[in-house]
Amino acid sequence: MRKKILFISRHAPYGSSIAKEALDAVLTAAAYDQDLSLLFMDDGIFQLLPNQQANAIGQKSFASMLPALPLYDVENIFVHLESLQARGISKNELLFDSVQTLDSTAVSALLAQQDHLLSF
Amino acid sequence: MIFSLAVYSPPYSSQASESAYRFAEALLAEGHSLYRIFFYQDGVHNSSQLLTPPQDETDFTSRWRELSERHHIDLVVCIAAALKRGILDEEEANRYEKPAHNLHEGFALSGLGQLVDAALMSDRLVTFGG
Repeated sequence: MRKKILFISRHAPYGSSIAKEALDAVLTAAAYDQDLSLLFMDDGIFQLLPNQQANAIGQKSFASMLPALPLYDVENIFVHLESLQARGISKNELLFDSVQTLDSTAVSALLAQQDHLLSF
Repeated sequence: MIFSLAVYSPPYSSQASESAYRFAEALLAEGHSLYRIFFYQDGVHNSSQLLTPPQDETDFTSRWRELSERHHIDLVVCIAAALKRGILDEEEANRYEKPAHNLHEGFALSGLGQLVDAALMSDRLVTFGG
């Protein structure tokens, strides 16, 4: 039976390995043919900014890795609206135009629909 | 109910491993079952047999091993996260020509798919640390 699994990525792309290891987990889960979603909130939304120069600190750029998600059939990608607003970032500045913004009420509803939450 | 746990923080520097252990004991005491404990990110350090705490502090690795033996629980360590942090079993030490290996008996190195599998096979997946 397919399960609804939501990955929540809440940390900045660099400075710690959490965001990268979250992305690895999402890409792994994509091979299991489940009903996957991915939500960026808090500092996790910084992963979605273009023009990341990760080479300069010996890292791989999220801006080049994240666009692969739809190729792995991870198509339900959400961004928490209030997290964007708190950081002065608008949706049209993000890497994807296919991300859906959700306010806190809609995030609550999304969480409630899931069988499992994997929070990073 | 079937549970699995995911542990993302190392022992000693974080309370997460202690909380995960206590949660495991509590759910088993309540009659639930524990399918798997998956160690990821810095949580992989829970599986090193070289952890040498002072006598008046918890020996996390041995305690996980003892819990696993007592209740037949799968202890799985993410192989990619483990190798880059210097946690190797004998096979990986040979493969990469390293002079030593340190994965504690009773733990298994395996892929991240085992975390996804734990979610699929369990009613609840509870995350500690990160």
